[in-house]
Amino acid sequence: MNERVAIIGIGLLAARPSSEHVSFKEMMFEAAQKAYADAGIDAHEIESFVTCAEDLTEGVSIFDEYTPDQLGAIKKPMHTLTQDGLHGITDAVMQIRSGLVGLVAVEAHSKHSHLDHPNAILDYALDPIYNRPLGFTPHIIAGLEMNAFLHERGFTQAQCAQVVAKNRTHALKNIAAAYPTNLRPEDIESSPYLCYPLREAEIAKSADGCVVVVLASESRVMKTKSRPIWVRGVGFANDSPTLESRDWIESQYVRTAATMAYRQAGIKDPVNEIDLFEVDDSYAYKELQHLVALGIYSPAVVPGRVGGNGAPSTNGELSVNISGGSLGIGHTLEASGLYRLAEIVFQLRGEAGPRQLKKAKIGLAQSWRGVPTTSGAVVILGIE
Amino acid sequence: MTKFMRRALETPKELAWLAAKAALDSAEMKLDQIDGVVVGSAPDAFDGVHQKGEYLADGCGGWRKPYLRCYVGGGTGVYAIAQGWFHVASGLFDTAIVVCEEKMSSCQPHPQAAFISIFDPITEQPLKPNLLWIFALEQNRYMQTHGITNEAIAQVSVKNKRNALDHPSAQLGAEITVKDVLASEVMAWPVHRLMVSPTSDGAAAVILAAGDVARRLTSKPIWIQGVGWCLDTAYWTNRDLYYPDYVEKAAWMAYRMAGIREPRKEINIAEPYDPFAYKELHHLEGLQLAPKGQAPKLLADGVFDRDGDLPVTPSGGLLGVGNPIAAAGTMKICELFWQLRGEAGRRQVPGKPERGVAQAWGDLMQVGTVVVVGTEEPR
Repeated sequence: MNERVAIIGIGLLAARPSSEHVSFKEMMFEAAQKAYADAGIDAHEIESFVTCAEDLTEGVSIFDEYTPDQLGAIKKPMHTLTQDGLHGITDAVMQIRSGLVGLVAVEAHSKHSHLDHPNAILDYALDPIYNRPLGFTPHIIAGLEMNAFLHERGFTQAQCAQVVAKNRTHALKNIAAAYPTNLRPEDIESSPYLCYPLREAEIAKSADGCVVVVLASESRVMKTKSRPIWVRGVGFANDSPTLESRDWIESQYVRTAATMAYRQAGIKDPVNEIDLFEVDDSYAYKELQHLVALGIYSPAVVPGRVGGNGAPSTNGELSVNISGGSLGIGHTLEASGLYRLAEIVFQLRGEAGPRQLKKAKIGLAQSWRGVPTTSGAVVILGIE
Repeated sequence: MTKFMRRALETPKELAWLAAKAALDSAEMKLDQIDGVVVGSAPDAFDGVHQKGEYLADGCGGWRKPYLRCYVGGGTGVYAIAQGWFHVASGLFDTAIVVCEEKMSSCQPHPQAAFISIFDPITEQPLKPNLLWIFALEQNRYMQTHGITNEAIAQVSVKNKRNALDHPSAQLGAEITVKDVLASEVMAWPVHRLMVSPTSDGAAAVILAAGDVARRLTSKPIWIQGVGWCLDTAYWTNRDLYYPDYVEKAAWMAYRMAGIREPRKEINIAEPYDPFAYKELHHLEGLQLAPKGQAPKLLADGVFDRDGDLPVTPSGGLLGVGNPIAAAGTMKICELFWQLRGEAGRRQVPGKPERGVAQAWGDLMQVGTVVVVGTEEPR
């Protein structure tokens, strides 16, 4: 009971703006084959499968119907979560810790390019009685929240621009990234607003992609030839989904999830104990807001003096979104969290190539499910 | 649980709240004592809400708390209990509330139209299939394989709708005869109107707790002894539909965990999924509670009556209580809870049952979910 859990295999496809040449099933098949090979296992050994998807973005109802064949999961325990991939990891950890199963695969993908009207679908996520009739684009929620956050916590628009420039530049070294480019903060600051103070360039663009992760119990790890990366802590939480009653300044969902994960991992001082962070940056300000909620910055910061002259970078003490983040890789719906998790695994294994950090022993991945949700998850991984 | 009904005035969130509140009250607990919230709800298309799990969160008590929505189509209501179980069994949570909700009536004029979107967009949707058609295929295959008559299947409707007369939440309790069933309109042969569960709005909730916590909270905890679930291929057209293999696999997963070797002898009460009359019999065979093709005979012999040797669907099931998809599965767990505690009132089966099994089914005739509960604490 309550065995330790490790990640023993990762398979991912490079995120791309579109993927006309393959179906979501083919994408899942390829990622699964890579993950199983990476873990050194055969599909039939896997005891339970978890997929993360939402019906409306898949274009079919009860999407879990279409998941088993391409993963090798026919007549196996398998279910779907309408959550981010990191929730899926948490789910797998719980299944293994309960002693029910020893080997679990988690899958999430994005086929965003086949959505003709993504904003119209997002509109359906608004409360049908109180909010939807107002007819606003859900990005307004991000604009309002960004305004409140900058004002209350003393961050600046310049710092948000710096987040974009940093992450997209980081993505130049990531072959899996869909939107790498050499940008300066000034380029962002001179670009147009979408919903003041949010600029269009500060929103992560969507991409197609797929990630499969294999997790194993400690006793199963010993039977494989894989190099395990241990799950040190998991956490997930929601704040109120209701716009009128949620916290617009602080990401309570991350704070609650991080508290849970830190407690399990025995982490008291995340800044000094964790070597790299892959946090949600689906809007540039969110990276800063999430770092605050993770306890990386004090909420009582002096305006304009956060992290020296701007956001954290590779050269600084903090390594944040070395992968390029969602701004650089592209936002891949429920797979976004798994791309972040994959980066931590690669860094901890020392397989991150040109992005490899010198010291990478403990890493943290965090996800948020985007507007209008307040749903987030945190996973902490370590080499021991 | 809430009352199951055709057109609830409550919003989905309010339905979820009513069920969650009723569960907390029955356990004499406050929301503060709940560590994690699990929600089950089937397709988003009914409520017309994208990310329905997120929308339902505060109605279920899921704010500033770990919160998760799981689904396996129609199998969700029973699967969600397994999800809640490994929340607690993992040691990460002491308590969890599982809330399942469905509001089908928002889909106008009839939710059947939304079901078109569950079919394969390329190979199946152009044929304009609906659920009645595919289940008629499956029922026909089941009847042909074993030489079962439609009269035998109609008896399930008679039994379950009668049982539902005693359920305070029931939508369609009725005293009817086999003749009435066969005289009702043919929806898609051999399925008659009275062999089909209604579309419903409703919610049901269950609170789970770790052993030591449960013993502190109540003198009569009902223990989860086994959980199992199994998903078959999406290509349902390539399968022999006469027998639900995936239900058998899910059942054995749960039975193994519960230490059950002879289900027919060791289970006192069953709540199989009965959205269509034949499904109850089909599922009893999958659950190993009747030999293949023999369930109709056992039914005719009165074995499955409330006072029979193996009471089946004493609640009234989906045919009688109603079918708000995910909530209907959880309703079955609620029924076992009340029956095993001896609190089922007029529905109480005689002889102090000690162990029950609940099962749900869904997707493209594809998924089986099974939970075994009992009065005895598992090892």
